[in-house]
Amino acid sequence: MGPDEYLFLLAGLKWTVALSAIGFFFGGIAGLLVALARTSELRVVERITAGYIGVFQGTPLLMQLFVVYYGLALIGLKLDAWVAVSIGLTLHASAYLGEIWRGAIEAVPKGQTEAAKALSLNYTSRMRDVVLPQAFRISLPATIGFLVQLIKGTSLAAIVGFTELTRAGNMISNQIFQPLLVFGIVGALYFIMCCPLTLYGAHLERKFAKSAR
Amino acid sequence: MNYTLDFTPVIEGLPNLLLACLGTFLLALCGMVLAIVIGIGGVILRDSRFKPLRWLVIGFVEVIRNTPFLVQIFFIYFALPLAGIRLDPTPTAILALGINGGAYAIEIIRGGVQSISKGQMEAGLALGLHKAQVFRFIVLKPALRAIFPSLTSQFVLLTLSTSIASAISAYELTSVSQRIESDSFRSFEVYFTVTLFYLVISWLMMRIFALFSARYFNYPVK
Repeated sequence: MGPDEYLFLLAGLKWTVALSAIGFFFGGIAGLLVALARTSELRVVERITAGYIGVFQGTPLLMQLFVVYYGLALIGLKLDAWVAVSIGLTLHASAYLGEIWRGAIEAVPKGQTEAAKALSLNYTSRMRDVVLPQAFRISLPATIGFLVQLIKGTSLAAIVGFTELTRAGNMISNQIFQPLLVFGIVGALYFIMCCPLTLYGAHLERKFAKSAR
Repeated sequence: MNYTLDFTPVIEGLPNLLLACLGTFLLALCGMVLAIVIGIGGVILRDSRFKPLRWLVIGFVEVIRNTPFLVQIFFIYFALPLAGIRLDPTPTAILALGINGGAYAIEIIRGGVQSISKGQMEAGLALGLHKAQVFRFIVLKPALRAIFPSLTSQFVLLTLSTSIASAISAYELTSVSQRIESDSFRSFEVYFTVTLFYLVISWLMMRIFALFSARYFNYPVK
């Protein structure tokens, strides 16, 4: 491993971070909509979003990326690989985050919603000012857990053919024939990204569990 | 936009795809068994009196949980031959799935063991049972019951992650579908159908776990 190889890995790392950030950001926005639809108390809307979540939680992320990648090409959209992968990750994240946040919204005591209604707050303000801030706190450990899962999930872009960290590692390992060294370093880079998040999530969980007692 | 869907290659490959579904199912099943074994073994070591052993298990769990499965499977795939072990891709994939699932199982099972009140274990020890017997006869079943829901969702995730084993061309659904895709260039049709297959597989897994739970854990709590 010379300096060139390290630079190549870092370029891949940059894409891994970018894919994770894009997936988490847009997936978060879409996930909020999914969570709100899932708790809308409109039966049809709830059913549809439940189906949406079920499909994404019941199929491998790799297949989701394949279907989005080739599906978009099929309807005539010629997109760069990173855009297609970003869209796939966004959809994936929206379903998982939607489900996590649905649970969090439902975990907010009913009395809060009732009190807000009694104060004649409308839906927007009830959600924005009363329910969602509390739900956000409840969901934080699980949300961070999913972010770790998403960062790891971006590695599947390698199989679709996009050069992020894992594929960069694969290419170098094919060149210098030191797979253990290369994948060891690649793994360490993922570890450095994910471990602080995992620890922080566990810390929050303990903190919330203590304050709930 | 003038693309017409053509499912002929999918229909022609259907016998192969269905057989590959079985491959995925078996791969997942073997991975789960190995994950349980590693999980239980890990929990015992995790609480051993020998400190370095405890740290080893903690380190193992954190490393596995914070790195992608794809990287792990590549690492194992290349590491085994260097260690003088020659394995086909499919057993290698089972090993990787077991190791990955095992790390998660350690955390889940540990939570279950901790949910058993200390008094029960002390009562068992007071009756003259050995530590292992206390674990086997007193702790195991109620602990399993407590963790069953999280174990179920972890194992459904494990089933889905078998698709990643296609990266080392293990015998399972994704690698077979990739072969059909590269022969026919009907990428969307193939992957769309296979996605539906996965949906059925994970639904079946959940049903099996639900049936198992109804069969073995259907007794009152207290």
